[in-house]
Amino acid sequence: MKYRVNKTKHVDQTKTVSFHFDGKSYHGFDGDTLASALLSNGVHLVGRSFKYHRPRGIMSSGSEEPNAICQINEDTDLTEPNVRATEIELYEGLKASSQNCWPSVNFDIGGINNFISPFIPAGFYYKTFMWPKSFWKKIYEPLIRMSAGLGKSPTKPDPELYDHKHVHCDVLIIGGGISGIIASKIAAKNNLKTILIEDKNILGGSTIFQKNENYKINAKYSGEWIDEEIEELKKLDNLTIKTRTSLAAYHSYNYLLAKQNISDHLPLDKRNGDIRQRLWKIRAHKVIVATGAIERPLIFNNNDRPGIMLANSVKKYLDFYGVSCGFNNVIFTNNDSAYETAVSMREKGISVEIIDIRKKSNSKIVKNAEKLGIKIYWNSTIVNTFGHRKINSIEIMNLSEDGSNIVGDKNRMNCDCLAVSGGWTPMVHMHTQSGGKLDFRENDQTFIPTEIDENHINVGSCNGDFELEEIINNTNKKVKNFLKVSETEFDNTSVLNSKELDKRNIWLLPNYISEGKCKSFIDFQNDSTAKDIKLALREGFKSIEHVKRYTTTGMATDQGKLSNMHALGIIADTAGVKMGTLGTTTFRPPFTPLTFGSIVGRSVGKFFDIIRKTSIHEWHSENNAKFENVGQWKRPWYYPINNEGLHDAVQRESKAARDSAGILDASTLGKIDIQGTDASEFLNRVYTNAWSKLGIGKCRYGLMLNEDGMVYDDGVTTRLGENHYLMTTTTGGAANVLSKLEDYLQTEWPELDVYLTSVTDHYSTVSICGPNSKKILTKIFPDKDFSDEAFPHMSYQNAKIDEINCRIMRISFTGELSYEINIESKYGKSLWEKCIEVGKEFKITPYGTETMHLLRAEKGFIIVGQDTDGTMTPIDLQMDWIVSKKKYDFIGKRSLYRSDTIREDRKQLVGLLTDDPNEVLEEGAQIVSDMNKKPIEMIGHVTSSYFSPNLNKSIALAVVKSGKKMHGQKLIVPMENKSINVIVSDTVFLDKENKRINA
Amino acid sequence: MFLINCPYCGERDQSEFSCGGEAHIVRPKQPTELSDDQWAEYLFMRKNIKGIQFERWNHAHGCRKWFNMVRDTSNDKIHAVYKMGEKPPIE
Repeated sequence: MKYRVNKTKHVDQTKTVSFHFDGKSYHGFDGDTLASALLSNGVHLVGRSFKYHRPRGIMSSGSEEPNAICQINEDTDLTEPNVRATEIELYEGLKASSQNCWPSVNFDIGGINNFISPFIPAGFYYKTFMWPKSFWKKIYEPLIRMSAGLGKSPTKPDPELYDHKHVHCDVLIIGGGISGIIASKIAAKNNLKTILIEDKNILGGSTIFQKNENYKINAKYSGEWIDEEIEELKKLDNLTIKTRTSLAAYHSYNYLLAKQNISDHLPLDKRNGDIRQRLWKIRAHKVIVATGAIERPLIFNNNDRPGIMLANSVKKYLDFYGVSCGFNNVIFTNNDSAYETAVSMREKGISVEIIDIRKKSNSKIVKNAEKLGIKIYWNSTIVNTFGHRKINSIEIMNLSEDGSNIVGDKNRMNCDCLAVSGGWTPMVHMHTQSGGKLDFRENDQTFIPTEIDENHINVGSCNGDFELEEIINNTNKKVKNFLKVSETEFDNTSVLNSKELDKRNIWLLPNYISEGKCKSFIDFQNDSTAKDIKLALREGFKSIEHVKRYTTTGMATDQGKLSNMHALGIIADTAGVKMGTLGTTTFRPPFTPLTFGSIVGRSVGKFFDIIRKTSIHEWHSENNAKFENVGQWKRPWYYPINNEGLHDAVQRESKAARDSAGILDASTLGKIDIQGTDASEFLNRVYTNAWSKLGIGKCRYGLMLNEDGMVYDDGVTTRLGENHYLMTTTTGGAANVLSKLEDYLQTEWPELDVYLTSVTDHYSTVSICGPNSKKILTKIFPDKDFSDEAFPHMSYQNAKIDEINCRIMRISFTGELSYEINIESKYGKSLWEKCIEVGKEFKITPYGTETMHLLRAEKGFIIVGQDTDGTMTPIDLQMDWIVSKKKYDFIGKRSLYRSDTIREDRKQLVGLLTDDPNEVLEEGAQIVSDMNKKPIEMIGHVTSSYFSPNLNKSIALAVVKSGKKMHGQKLIVPMENKSINVIVSDTVFLDKENKRINA
Repeated sequence: MFLINCPYCGERDQSEFSCGGEAHIVRPKQPTELSDDQWAEYLFMRKNIKGIQFERWNHAHGCRKWFNMVRDTSNDKIHAVYKMGEKPPIE
């Protein structure tokens, strides 16, 4: 660890931590990140770039890192790709490896791409993989798939726990740097419930490692001052500080998502199955964004070698982690801030020289550097760098007067670390995610937030304040205004700092090498160069969004945190327009990648979705039912006996229901209790048929349309009393029907006295059908007269089983004599068991949804959602009989005679019989009439299809254009390897005379 | 994610609500008297405004009440909420 040159309080050099990188074992200290620990061991080369497989090293010290992305804990089920080494806190036993290289990061076969790079420019994929078409499947696609993607996805289920939590606060402060700390203190001290989130494990930002004579607050080093502030902050009662918490998204109305790492920094054996990450869903009255700024790189030839790093990061590694990134350093800058790095190095006796593209600077920090004897090359630029796995030398030249060209001779210098600084980019991501706009500031070429919302401000360097004095005073002033505070402890802070002069901004530095041969990287992770951007412009792309997608600049996992500004600048320069007029690409959440685990939280496995079970569910399970999902409900699908499959079970169940007795759990059907003096009028308006004359104790089938005339739902409604009805709906439609009815009641017909209550879960429904059903009912209710005269079809009666009230409806969805018993849910299972017990002598057979569907299809009864699809009118369904001609209005009535709905060639419901009675059609199969005329016209499709054991033949329902007129006509159902001949029939296949209902 | 001030319940998260499209489209009292075009106007034609829009919202996972909202679709600012049957507070 010879690069560990400095003792700091943030890294505990008494606590050694061992870890593995690319199979080699290393040591770091408690407080290191993976990146700082690697650098302390002299490891710069950590990965290969995506396209050209160029060697890449650690570049930064935070979330903006484009190069040092690793796979951690490979070959375990905890493995995670694309983790930034600059953000992983080192722990004992951490295993990390490089990505995107084979066989190793030092020798990578894919590196050949670097040599053929002239042949793979921007848009290479779009241009190359166009033709010949036959190459796509066998050659291009496998090739692209092989080279696509970064890192390896885990192959096993994630064993860790994730959590979501909602929180409300008065003020949320994003970012625990100097301005975030000032803001938090003001807010919390003024009795506001305040939350401060910070993505690092400690507060203080880049001020915390600042110990320079030129930067003092109240006569203390700024680093010492902020330490004291943090200590005081921790004592405040109404302030919650969440470290290791990064903001992922800032939505409208101050709704924010933040991800907290809870156990990611702990050794695997100390995690104890605790929650790994928590997603905070924060609703804040006011939000103060203090996310700081990111240092910009500079764009010059071969600017991507390992050892080329951002200047402020180099300073952080030295002053915070105690690691010198090199012993022979060169700083390359266009502004003053990099001089802090130089001064810090020289004070620790580390060799450093400065190349500055400016002609001069008179600020205090530059004078300080000169006084320390640091050599400064003014008005110079780097034209090339050398060193394969790590930088070893550079070539510099002088800049012309206007900076657009180079002059003089090349001068070669040795170095093992090149720290670059192109100025600062405010992190405006959060501001723009929330809907905020940006202004372009010419003097330092930055986008600055414009305030638009009274509940959201930006402070500190994310707001474009880069000097200490500005940061403190402006933050104090803005926060006071924002929170309506009259005075704060920061009002008279004395700040000493070195005023930064304007920087000299050159987006793409000039070179003597022709542009086409320069590799001046803009997006390091996606390997986009300045050349690619210019090519895109030459090829006619103008919009920044298009250039971005064509060149993939800013589209890697770092989302262009370091690259977007340069891409914009080069576009503006090349196109000769002002940068401010170009706009920016859209900043979208998440700010840094989120794990899938943190997004889904606890909603996995059995908590993925709600499961609804009827009160009889247990009996079904115990009796071997196979279940079907109907919406959220679990419904028995069929009840196989021994090794029966679906077909055999359904044939047996269907036969039993028609020959003797079947029993069905119909509890899932939606039930809506309707009461009020206008209940009958209400039903008149929502159903197509008439309801006013329905007697008390009678039941009626109703069809409900949408206002466009299309069938929406159906079901039987029973008149329980003068002003009291019980409506049933389809299982899947229950919630929607209720909300549709509420909508009409509240918005269109508020004058109606009607109240709706969902009672689906309140009652269990047992349906018994078949010729013996009356005998079974008589045994259950011995006192009741079930004769057709006393209890006719489509009527209802109250009854009692042992003192328990129930309702019996004589209604039928199978065409058989049939009764439905409604009972309070808690008695559902005992009622069911009683029916089974009593029905034994009649071989009562439980049947599931599949048999129910078959039985109703034999009778030609539709299922809304299976035989209809939102484009069928009752007329299309041949159900004209249910549409009242007398009623003045009902929902959808007017639409039934629109020009489109009266077309004769609409798809209409018909029956289909196959020529071969054993051939069962596939539901969804297309129907044609003429196979010879090309293209073949598809005139309809099969909606329901079964083999009927009661008719001993295959039956089907279908929708066919002009189907009503086609009775007896031959049609064809073409399948993959055969064509099935069918004949159009009536939709009712069994018992056309409806005799069985009164059997 | 909006924070919606339900006129019956107060401020609640958007996830409790569902939007019911354009407000103040009254169902014709005598649909049968209308021509196809007039009926189609009611049935199908909806505005899609960039700017101030009047919308119906339902507190679906709350009080189940419908109400109206004035929202600027360009920046999602909710300018007003008001009960069904009330006049819009903004022109």
